[in-house]
Amino acid sequence: MRPFSYQRAASPAEAAALAARTPGAKFIAGGTNLLDLMKLEIETPAHLIDVNGLALDKIEATPEGGLRIGALVRNTDLAADKRVRRDYAVLSRALLAGASGQLRNKATTAGNLLQRTRCPYFYDTNQPCNKRKPGSGCAAIGGFSRGLAVIGASEACIATHPSDMAVAMRLLDAQVETVRPDGTTRSIPIADFHRLPGNTPAIETSLAPGELITAVTLPKPLGGQHFYHKVRDRASYAFALVSVAAVVQKDGSGRVALGGVAHKPWRVEAAEAHLPQGAKPTAATLLAGAHPTHDNAFKLPLVERTLGAVLAEARA
Amino acid sequence: MDRPSDFDLTRREMLASGAAVMAVTAAPHAAEAETQVTHSAPPPVLAEIAFKVNGKPRTLKVDTRTTLLDALREHLHLTGTKKGCDHGQCGACTVIVDGRRINSCLSLAVMHQGDSITTIEGLGTPGNLHPMQAAFVKHDGYQCGYCTPGQICSAVAVLDEIRAGIPSHVSGDITAAPRMSTDEIRERMSGNICRCGAYSNIVEAITEVAGKRA
Repeated sequence: MRPFSYQRAASPAEAAALAARTPGAKFIAGGTNLLDLMKLEIETPAHLIDVNGLALDKIEATPEGGLRIGALVRNTDLAADKRVRRDYAVLSRALLAGASGQLRNKATTAGNLLQRTRCPYFYDTNQPCNKRKPGSGCAAIGGFSRGLAVIGASEACIATHPSDMAVAMRLLDAQVETVRPDGTTRSIPIADFHRLPGNTPAIETSLAPGELITAVTLPKPLGGQHFYHKVRDRASYAFALVSVAAVVQKDGSGRVALGGVAHKPWRVEAAEAHLPQGAKPTAATLLAGAHPTHDNAFKLPLVERTLGAVLAEARA
Repeated sequence: MDRPSDFDLTRREMLASGAAVMAVTAAPHAAEAETQVTHSAPPPVLAEIAFKVNGKPRTLKVDTRTTLLDALREHLHLTGTKKGCDHGQCGACTVIVDGRRINSCLSLAVMHQGDSITTIEGLGTPGNLHPMQAAFVKHDGYQCGYCTPGQICSAVAVLDEIRAGIPSHVSGDITAAPRMSTDEIRERMSGNICRCGAYSNIVEAITEVAGKRA
């Protein structure tokens, strides 16, 4: 790990201003992904701004009937919150399907959104990787790609976003609230928050330098039945090969989003019109234009079957 | 960088005499030294930290890079907490901070100012075992023992999490309070790997303590 200086921020606006004017600065909250990457010198911040003291750890009702989740609410606390369990069960289920108990106790809401989109070649510093070292090439394309993206990828990168929570946030149309270095605030729809890799896979979100997430807001509850089905190589503590988040209403209408298939949580609103007709037409629209590799082509039928299982459970 | 000429020299010498072996091994070292100069790392930054470990106030001056795990093991010589993968994947480093289990390898010591940390040494002593330690002994919940301190710290916190009503991936009705079961224990312990494979005995040990507490 490279040496770094460290300070605790006193307010969100001050933290953002500090980050913008300090070369090589990064925020640290739970640290579970950042420290992992710092040990491998994939992340090499010269300065860490500890935001844990910023009192952004409350979950509050909004005037619109939704919930405002502070950026520092731990994954365990968000999953266990009674309102989330009752009104946004898909979010609780997604959180509980991710990581381990120890990691969920540390990982924060904002940090979960900001964990790096990654693949084994991103972690292997002996390999070229356009995300880790822009312009160096992609060892995953033509390499071992079983777990990697089947849609929305590019010639530069086929990594997948590993978060389960973010898939549920995308399904629920969450808004990401931020403060910028000049003290102004904005609200970013989750659909626009994570980026596809294109030619710049190293840039993963729409945040500007120094911009700090302060909260994630959920609109009022959707009702319906909530599902998060995660298919993985072992029963617990593994990334998704494919995951399906869904809210299904009594009349068969609903919403669906996928994890494990793309550089960001994958949702195609147009596909949802097909939900009453079943998994086949819905999955076909969701995955239209998919470019799987030989190793991960299995993910396409796996999405359809996992969605099929969800819809069967909804009808039962 | 003048690698091509280094290589030429090496190759010539290798052809000329057996002494070239030295040059071959020296070349990478020269390259390494150059890399270090180019990146010239800034000097380490020291920071002071005060926290409570197993009930005792402790003050340390550490390199900011020091993880909580290394602070416990290398600075406070509490070597019960183990370093396995050092990346949050194995759970050997699990300790309890302010009542919650975490991976001490993925947390900086400087971020624990004022915290209260419990390690395996703080749970019980050889003469006065914590009930979870006693149950692991009784049920043979270990083989080599390396993962055991992490398993025990995790298990103690798991029972607290179930009692606090925190649901898990295997909880059927997510709005209801979770129930104590083998499935619940297995799922919640998935962040602690045991390469000897003592899992079934570990589950028996935890189940026994859970039953006594209920």
